[in-house]
Amino acid sequence: MPHPHDAQAHDATPLAVDRRRFVGYVIGGATLVAAADLVLDTPAASAEVPTLPQPAELYDLNDMLTDAARPTANLITVTINEDGTAGFELPRAEVGQGITTSTAMLIAEELDLPVDRVRVTLAPARPELLFNQLTGGSNTTIATYTPIRVAAAVARAALLDAAAIVLGDTVAGLVAKGGVITARDGSSVTYGDLAVKAAGSVGSRAVEVELKSEAEFSVIGTPTNRVDALAAVTGQKEFTTDLAVPDALPTMVCRAPTLNGTPVSVRNQAQVEAMPGVTHVAQVSTGVAVRAATFGQCIDAVRALDVVWKAGPVAGESDATILRKVRAAQLPMPKLPDTPLAQTVSGDFTFWFRSNSPMDTNSAIADVRPDGATIWAGLKSPIVAQQRIAEKLGMSQDKVKVNVVTAGGSFGRRLFFDGALEAAEISQEMGAPVKLMWHRADDARVGRTHPLGTCRVQATVSGTNVLAFNQSLTCVETDFRHGLGEIITAAAADLPAGVGNLGFAETIFALTQEVPYDFGAVTQTLVETDDRFNTGSMRNIYSPDVRVASELVVDRLAAKMKMDPYQFRRKFQRNERLLTVLDTVAQAGEWGRSMPAGTAQGIAIHKEYKGVSACLVEIDTRPATTGRQIRDAVTGPRVTRVTFAIDVGLAINPRGLEAQMQGGINDGIALALTSSLHLRDGHFLEASWDNYFYTRQWNTPPDVRVIVVPSEEKVPGGAGEAGVAATFAAVACAYARATGTMPTQFPINHDQLSFEPKSFVPPVPQSPDNGLELTS
Amino acid sequence: MPEQTFIVNGERVTVDVEDDVRLLWVLRDLLGITGPKYGCGINVCKACTSHVNGKAFNPCAVPVGKLSSDDEITTIEGLPGEVAEQQRGANGLHPMQEAWLERDVVQCGYCQPGQIMAAVALVNRVKAEGRQVTDADLDTIRNICRCGTYTRIREAIADGASRM
Repeated sequence: MPHPHDAQAHDATPLAVDRRRFVGYVIGGATLVAAADLVLDTPAASAEVPTLPQPAELYDLNDMLTDAARPTANLITVTINEDGTAGFELPRAEVGQGITTSTAMLIAEELDLPVDRVRVTLAPARPELLFNQLTGGSNTTIATYTPIRVAAAVARAALLDAAAIVLGDTVAGLVAKGGVITARDGSSVTYGDLAVKAAGSVGSRAVEVELKSEAEFSVIGTPTNRVDALAAVTGQKEFTTDLAVPDALPTMVCRAPTLNGTPVSVRNQAQVEAMPGVTHVAQVSTGVAVRAATFGQCIDAVRALDVVWKAGPVAGESDATILRKVRAAQLPMPKLPDTPLAQTVSGDFTFWFRSNSPMDTNSAIADVRPDGATIWAGLKSPIVAQQRIAEKLGMSQDKVKVNVVTAGGSFGRRLFFDGALEAAEISQEMGAPVKLMWHRADDARVGRTHPLGTCRVQATVSGTNVLAFNQSLTCVETDFRHGLGEIITAAAADLPAGVGNLGFAETIFALTQEVPYDFGAVTQTLVETDDRFNTGSMRNIYSPDVRVASELVVDRLAAKMKMDPYQFRRKFQRNERLLTVLDTVAQAGEWGRSMPAGTAQGIAIHKEYKGVSACLVEIDTRPATTGRQIRDAVTGPRVTRVTFAIDVGLAINPRGLEAQMQGGINDGIALALTSSLHLRDGHFLEASWDNYFYTRQWNTPPDVRVIVVPSEEKVPGGAGEAGVAATFAAVACAYARATGTMPTQFPINHDQLSFEPKSFVPPVPQSPDNGLELTS
Repeated sequence: MPEQTFIVNGERVTVDVEDDVRLLWVLRDLLGITGPKYGCGINVCKACTSHVNGKAFNPCAVPVGKLSSDDEITTIEGLPGEVAEQQRGANGLHPMQEAWLERDVVQCGYCQPGQIMAAVALVNRVKAEGRQVTDADLDTIRNICRCGTYTRIREAIADGASRM
């Protein structure tokens, strides 16, 4: 084996003998435990993070982690159990994107075991994994594809070795299938029988394995249903608030009437403490917490609290004042020529605040004792959460155990750990375990948002060429202070005056944005301003806004050249894979078919996460559609048909990939037509799903077709966020073509407030009591 | 404290709790029946949709004191019991749950118990009217799914209806 440090210097895959040969370990245990290094497949990781704030330190740590001399604590392990199942603790968060299923498939493939015999659970915070326990950037499968297969292949090799002894045959004579190993003489033994025999006796040993070739794949690439579907449809799937942790009683927080306002004093603490069910009332940094026998009694107590508040940092601000500040921060665009020979086309767009609130609100269970704490929550950056919670509690990091629970959606929300940090503080203050749940109103109003921003585009056309394309995004700061899931990078993002975060944001922007056309001199810039809001990376981060602005101007360029939008995109396309998905949707979606006035098609493309996508939509903006009356709803234009094509590279689970695209399509439609937050007098107004208008059944397209295009690529790309940008852009383009007017703000209905805002004092609404009159 | 008695998933239960506590919390926090989910508490998101005497309703909007001792509550956990054993599918579940599995509808899964309970009630209602489920019927479903699984929900309801 080459010395790892030499290998690091010459080859980004230090342990790779060739593309399919790797080294893993059998490590000591009661049953077989096979291991691989999670940074085994470093090209993806290093390609993603070349300009981190402290690259030298990260490289040193990486060197240390890839030390091949002996297995270290950073290994990920596949365990074979005596019941014949394989177990794996995934150091990522399952939030609905389907990675427990795709991970089970990878293990099943290399182990020759049925998918339903693989048990994938979520690993608790493992600080030794450093930045390798962050779930984000649609990166899970890209980063774990090789290491997980190596661990499974090592397990298979050890099972075969043990079987050869048991069956009196050579490894070459054995066949492993469905969890059973059969010898040439027909005798057989199961994985379960071998689990103990194949275990590492003392210490660990290195094992070289060869991964299966694509031609041998029988699981990878096969449409597979989710491993947690049965639990979900029977109500057995457990989310944080479903967990029965002893004495962790329901807990909620009464929050200030302005965003991030803070409590000064409670005027009626004793009175609220005496309310039915209430056990504790405690003032904490974010508000006043109440703990009770039921969440209903928490709601009653929150509503009864009389609190003196200190106004938050955006008191008095509104959408209009924030937009003015963003406009003031815009950098001048370079002056482009505008002559009869070289004409400049431009666009200037506003994107309002949006919410990434999932169905499962911010919630966490915390049991903080004087000598240690245990936390349960849906967390995409559990190591930073553990470190920040330890800081907050005044404990050393090793005293805080952080368990990662499957979450009911994320959309970027769970990159942060606002609920877990708050629950820990409350539990410490009350001296009792708590099950904290944010009310929907809290989650929508105080939870993290996609920042408000503007995007300006200008492009210069000469004859049949585009000479230049400039794009400038200016927005309220996107908070990346979760860093790369580990405190070193999180601290770098938290340098004074936003300097550190700006570097991070610029890095993320530069690494994700591109204009996927041959448009001459292309520049894309990002300016961020104003760090007073609770923001974060909402699904697909900058791309949806950047791509909408870009594709609307592309349609303008096409019109300038009197070209069809689809043909224009073909002509200026420089990427074969993009050309294929573009042609695929044009053909399958019947681009150019005759449509009635007030309806139109729109087409757009996107490239990110090592994949490419195209979307063709049809929209209906006729009065009979926009005028539909549904109570407490936004109807408006309806997208009636969507044809979406994606080349994601190697698709591990095409059925899961299709599901992610379907979800992204509904996100794109919401961003274009219906969903935004309204800031008024220092607070967001939305407090309900009938205020924040995410796509509903009356908005969703009745006809959706997702085409997973066969790929020439041999490695997987990212899926979770890949569906949003092209859809958002295609809907915007279709709307412009159907109405004859290019929209300049999103969502298009933002100026019209379509609901009666709920109260800020009390901060949460009372539950209705007429449910029995509304049965259906 | 008042005693509250009603039937849940075929079993009569008695709970000591104030009349005004909404049924959702009695189910989840006191009885440990966690299939119905909290998503808003104001009868908007419909994540807690369950059945009362065979009709869809939202326990977040019903003070437990309003139930009578003979009211039958069915949550997702008890849904298979709403059909005869021979009508249950390969997994021993209600035909709508089986359709949901076959169509792999679920993403995060949080809203899905409510979606399924709403779907069953919709199909029962439409069938009682002697007709098939239409796109217009599907458009009336208010249950929100933030993962955006709507396409597969619509397909699964059509599939489930044909099995019911």
